[in-house]
Amino acid sequence: MADHEVVTPVPGTFYRSPDPESAPFKSEGDTVVAGETIGVVEIMKNFQHVDAQVSGTVLRFLVENEGFVAAGQPVAVVDDGA
Amino acid sequence: MKRVLVANRGEIAVRIIRAVHDLGLEAVSVYSEADRQAPHVRMADAAVLIGAPPAGRSYLDIDAIIEAARTSAADGVHPGYGFLAERADFATAVEDACLRYVGPTPEQIALMGDKARARGVADDVGVATIPGSDGAVADADEAAAVAAEIGYPVALKAAGGGGGRGIRIVHDEATLYDQYKTASREASGAFNDGRIYVERLIADARHVEVQVLGDGKRTIHLHERECSLQRRRQKVLEETPAPRLAEATRVGIHEASIALCDRIGYRSAGTVEFLVDATSGDFFFIEMNTRIQVEHPITEAITGVDIIAQQLRIAAGEPLGLRQSDITPRGCAIELRINAEDPDNDFMPSPGPLTRVVLPAGPWVRVDTWMEAGGEVTPFYDSLLGKVIVWAPDRDIALARARRALDELDVEGVKTTKAMLVTLLAQEWFATAEFNTGTLERWLEETANGRAGA
Repeated sequence: MADHEVVTPVPGTFYRSPDPESAPFKSEGDTVVAGETIGVVEIMKNFQHVDAQVSGTVLRFLVENEGFVAAGQPVAVVDDGA
Repeated sequence: MKRVLVANRGEIAVRIIRAVHDLGLEAVSVYSEADRQAPHVRMADAAVLIGAPPAGRSYLDIDAIIEAARTSAADGVHPGYGFLAERADFATAVEDACLRYVGPTPEQIALMGDKARARGVADDVGVATIPGSDGAVADADEAAAVAAEIGYPVALKAAGGGGGRGIRIVHDEATLYDQYKTASREASGAFNDGRIYVERLIADARHVEVQVLGDGKRTIHLHERECSLQRRRQKVLEETPAPRLAEATRVGIHEASIALCDRIGYRSAGTVEFLVDATSGDFFFIEMNTRIQVEHPITEAITGVDIIAQQLRIAAGEPLGLRQSDITPRGCAIELRINAEDPDNDFMPSPGPLTRVVLPAGPWVRVDTWMEAGGEVTPFYDSLLGKVIVWAPDRDIALARARRALDELDVEGVKTTKAMLVTLLAQEWFATAEFNTGTLERWLEETANGRAGA
């Protein structure tokens, strides 16, 4: 088992769902494939996707919804099952 | 009105505070925790902390702003642009608190903010709107029916989109069904929204808008602004007067704007937006913005009218002190928007500390900005750092002055759009004003591809 941190490339406000009315992109325990979006970061009225780099299972989120993130900060951990 | 609360931040808060002070009034600022060191806080006569950095918890918090007005004994509120500026419920809350709202009535904000009702007002006064479907169509059959009615060629556009993306041009019914499918699929991919609307195709379209001022009884116009150079519906550069505009069209949009505003008894400053068919000279009402706009200073430059001071006077209950015959535009003005974005990386926002800021100055150069060395561009708000506005007796001299002013500008610590604007000002098509609403995005794409291929 190898854990991979998913990091945000930009600073801003982290959201787990595409908009307030929608379900989260991913919940803990969900499977993800590499390149899949697990959250968005709002930066200066722009929304940047935060994508998983590896396929596997979302172990946990490290940042709460609407939490502030710095550039390069890990927001979630994915277990690649390897 | 003696003490005006400015419900905004950034360059427009600074601009409004200056107008308030020019009139001998006092200004109250509000600020979030991210803006403690911001110039709009220092410049005001009083400042009130209203909440956490995200706008939803501060600059969009109506209750917190009304409470700030109460505790600071303000008697008027200026919304600026963005944030709460076109929210009828905010204007109502301000009035309910027995404060003057520096803007139109809540009813006017609601009326012109509703696209269908605003088009109805245009219809009432005989101003054309772009022929097309009433919002998104249900399916390809409805699109075909609308196209048959308005005549080919038509444009299929993404209801959830912007700029030139997702637009398909259809010349006849035989190809409409295939094109509809492609357009809807593209729109789903690009905007996560496959809805499509149908419009008459205006191949060579320009975005031209008219500045108006009304006191509820009488309206005047302050001429037009050419705003076609946009990227993803964000204006990049504006100028006035609009170049290459037929005189009949110019007069037509001015008169249409007055008719619209007179019809609703418009109060305060506003902007009536038109799409102009550059080939035929026909013009179509798009929408009305019931607030001050970013690009208002170029109008101030050619008319000598302080639009925000006028807004404040009107809000205080004074009748409009200007007649149409008082407005004589002189020369040309251009505005360049300096954003904290990286043009080399798809205009990615670029927050960070401002380590060095040198602003242009000198004859007929105005800079409206909040930036200063030691300041910080935070990730929470829009990317506009400031605006460089130049005036000159004619367009060629204005262009030269714009280049000179940009050359003097030096910002370090964050990426800015300066270099892109320098290149834009050097383009032949810009010098000759041969552009339309699609030109800038096409040009940016070509230059990006050129770099990638080099």
